[in-house]
Amino acid sequence: SSSSRPLSSDNKVTVNFINRDGTKLSVKGAIGDSLLDVVINQNLDIDGFGACEGTLACSTCHVILQEEVYNKLGPISDEEMDMLDLAYGLTDTSRLGCQICLTRSLEGITVRVPETAVDIRQPSDAGTTTSS
Amino acid sequence: SVNCKLKICVRKLSSTSGSYPLVCIVGGGPAGFYTAQHLLKSHPDIHVDIYERLPIPFGLVRFGVAPDHPEVKNVINTFTQTAQHKHCCFFGNVNIGRDVSVKELQEAYHAVVLSYGAEANRRLGIPGEDLLGVYSAKDFVGWYNGVPCNKDLQPDLSSDTAVILGQGNVALDVARMLLSPLDILKKTDVTQPSLEALAASHVHKVLIVGRRGPLQMACTIKELREMVNLPGTKPDMVTAEFEGIAEALKELPRPRKRLTELLLKAAQGSAGSAQATRQWGFRFLRSPVEIRPSSDVTRTAGIRLAVNRLEGSGENAQAVPTGEVEDLQCGLVINSIGYRSLPIDATVPFDPHKAVIPNTVGRVEQVAGLYCSGWVKRGPTGVIATTMNDSFDTARALLQDIEAGLLKLSTKKLGSKAIVTLLEKRGVNSVSFLEWEKINAEEVKRGGRAGKPREKLLDVEEMIKIAKT
Ligand SMILES: Cc1cc2nc3c(=O)[nH]c(=O)nc-3n(C[C@H](O)[C@H](O)[C@H](O)COP(=O)(O)OP(=O)(O)OC[C@H]3O[C@@H](n4cnc5c(N)ncnc54)[C@H](O)[C@@H]3O)c2cc1C
Ligand code: FES
Repeated sequence: SSSSRPLSSDNKVTVNFINRDGTKLSVKGAIGDSLLDVVINQNLDIDGFGACEGTLACSTCHVILQEEVYNKLGPISDEEMDMLDLAYGLTDTSRLGCQICLTRSLEGITVRVPETAVDIRQPSDAGTTTSS
Repeated sequence: SVNCKLKICVRKLSSTSGSYPLVCIVGGGPAGFYTAQHLLKSHPDIHVDIYERLPIPFGLVRFGVAPDHPEVKNVINTFTQTAQHKHCCFFGNVNIGRDVSVKELQEAYHAVVLSYGAEANRRLGIPGEDLLGVYSAKDFVGWYNGVPCNKDLQPDLSSDTAVILGQGNVALDVARMLLSPLDILKKTDVTQPSLEALAASHVHKVLIVGRRGPLQMACTIKELREMVNLPGTKPDMVTAEFEGIAEALKELPRPRKRLTELLLKAAQGSAGSAQATRQWGFRFLRSPVEIRPSSDVTRTAGIRLAVNRLEGSGENAQAVPTGEVEDLQCGLVINSIGYRSLPIDATVPFDPHKAVIPNTVGRVEQVAGLYCSGWVKRGPTGVIATTMNDSFDTARALLQDIEAGLLKLSTKKLGSKAIVTLLEKRGVNSVSFLEWEKINAEEVKRGGRAGKPREKLLDVEEMIKIAKT
């Protein structure tokens, strides 16, 4: 709620989540925590977020970042890209929330959690076929 | 169980104060649990009972997902929280359609959600399909994952080459299980008899056959990367099958592009380890026409494939036979062309062509108060996250119908009380979630001795015995 810069002793940064339905959730997260940790620790109500508990096995922690933030974060592992490729509504600035750790320079970032409901879902599951 | 009896008492008290929605779910796999989770989260009074055929919950998370994918199984923690919700009750070892009919469920509940998955394997429909040495992927996966009815499969692993028909993720799981080094497998929850059979396996080459081309391959990139990185193996591909693929890359959407790039890398021989003793490879544009018997006609000696060409391009390209055939020698054939749902009950609509329950966003067509989610709703494709999203969609549809007054909540329903009475009358011994946790503890204990996360019980009688001690 304070608009002043955090003191250096304060090991937290503000993260703004835009939830699937468009509502904004502003919370504090500890430096070093992942966005998934923040969602869990703050008990944020984001449907289905983090199904594999941060083990790079699901893509339900998909978030869309602002371009400046995305560029600031540096290289992405092949394994993260592999899971991202399964995410609904993949964009050029998509990341997996369990792989992004908070640093001081991320103070005030806004991350969007995309909608997954049927009406706006991508039309096909191409490439995600399990069996045939 | 104490837990659930207690819940029934609570219901008795509150049922005098007005009606709350009583919903039941058929099937305790991801679709069932994710549907229940969303209902319980969104409606403070709703009660959800889950009926599962096996004494064990979690469906394909336990019985499908490969033993070397323990991370995927983390979803079990959330399912467990759902099962422990004060308004949720789990009834294992209850086979809907046999022990209790769907109609009886509809009489006992305001709404019924069918989430019973896809329990059959699509057949090839070619001569030789029933020879010794030919297995459905469903049975083979069930064997190494401890599905009770597959425990005696004893697949014949005595030949050097295996052919897998189909190129989806299940095919790649099977290939990985056949080729993985033992020291990887022995730290997983693969069943002990399967581990021993795989240790004695002679299979050192696995060919994964698809009817279309490299650009239509159905697996996801994670599974392909696991093959590329599998210790002690190297790819064996046919370079000619990749003509023109590099040129097509530019036009592809990112997921397909990255998948194809990795495939090309594997095909160009830059992947794999130098000391590889085992090989794997894709064979494209091939459809099985006949499984060929050995000279004594007792077992599989090879497979005849029709050579296809593609008509059209991209995801919708069709495979058309050229008239040419090709023979491969192999002693093991695994049919991984797809799972298939079965109708549960004559009263429930079923589309025999698509093998799904016809529905609109999870509302079963023509039947008020009946819903579906998961593979039986959508068909047997997609990862757990796909199943999660479609289950949330179904739950939302059901909640909207409650809101719109379509579920006649004023009608008094007895819920599990009615069903438990039926089960008792019919001599069905249902297993509660607390009782499953006893089975779980026993499995974890047995696995611990061997350095495995668990040693799965393979026998339903034994499961029930442990559940009831
Ligand atoms: C071999 C294999 C490997 C997979 N690996 C992965 C992976 O690594 N990662 C991933 O994300 N996804 C994976 N998947 C996909 C994932 O398993 C599915 O998306 C998901 O399990 C589908 O959920 P479901 O609940 O619809 O079906 P199921 O999981 O099949 O659950 C259906 C449940 O209903 C029960 N049932 C059936 N009939 C009845 C009846 N008459 N009465 C009562 N209960 C009944 C069954 O016993 C079962 O428990 C894999 C699938 C397979 C087949
Ligand atoms: S939580 Fe599953 S990939 Fe991030």
